[in-house]
Amino acid sequence: MPKGILGRKVGMTQIFTEDGRAIPVTVIEAGPCVVVQKKTIANDGYNAIQLGFGEIKESKVNKPLKGHFNRANVKPRRYLRELRVENIDAYEVGQEIKVDIFTVGEKVDVTGLTKGKGFAGGIKRHGFHRGPMAHGSKYHRRPGSLGAKGPARVFLGRKLPGRLGMERVTIQNLEVVKVDPERNLLVIKGSVPGIRGSLLIIKEAVKGK
Amino acid sequence: MDLLKSLEEEQLRKDLPEFRPGDTVKVYFKVIEGNRERIQPYEGVVIRKRGSGLSATFTVRRVSYGIGVERTFPLHSPRIEKIEVIRRGKVRRARLYYLRKLTGKAARIAERR
Repeated sequence: MPKGILGRKVGMTQIFTEDGRAIPVTVIEAGPCVVVQKKTIANDGYNAIQLGFGEIKESKVNKPLKGHFNRANVKPRRYLRELRVENIDAYEVGQEIKVDIFTVGEKVDVTGLTKGKGFAGGIKRHGFHRGPMAHGSKYHRRPGSLGAKGPARVFLGRKLPGRLGMERVTIQNLEVVKVDPERNLLVIKGSVPGIRGSLLIIKEAVKGK
Repeated sequence: MDLLKSLEEEQLRKDLPEFRPGDTVKVYFKVIEGNRERIQPYEGVVIRKRGSGLSATFTVRRVSYGIGVERTFPLHSPRIEKIEVIRRGKVRRARLYYLRKLTGKAARIAERR
């Protein structure tokens, strides 16, 4: 059964393992999430649960959303995200999901929005090589040739400068190093997408059993 | 950010003595050889302390058989058995990289009282 939780990125640090090695870790404040809605094949064409996470002021929630939360009989939450599940019967509307669904040593996939880099050149955006910086060269970080002369046009999909970052990215197979159910903390080995404080979706790893 | 600090707090070493760059220290470092563990002492002058919190490190320089050796230890590593401050040195810099160019008498450091 796929399991998942929503969380907020707290930041990165390092911790020492038992054999004294320092490993880089990301701290995530995960949950408690609440099931706001159940989507079923009969009703919606697919099985999923809708999770709510994060605090929000009552006055910031508009009427339609308030009604949606009232229906589930839960307090309004800042984020709503759906999670595909197979056996929908295992969940109840209003049920709380906490970090303790994960155990130490388990592999997880973490999804988030990467940091926005703005309008970036070809070198940063696509890993192009740059030209020489010296010996009279004035050709430093430009994109170069856009293709052959023959077609007399630029092919679709040509890698060029443009907006970089702020896209949805999933990092797979990250190891859970520590679970703290009391403070709702999840400590994961390695880095995850996004700025501190951004929303993350943590799911059981698809690959690597 | 306080959450991060409180998480690091659990692993910080509070049993180690205070020392500064210029001090001569003896670091008892646990070395794992195969499945055996032994303690390897390493003595020298602290030439740098950097970082804060759990990620702080320090570098110890010694001249061994005529060759300068510098080792960097994570300050809060559980593999440090203990640190002995052998001599307190009086220096006017935080990073003692100038010691690398000096040998013999010139590389001495005055004692702090």
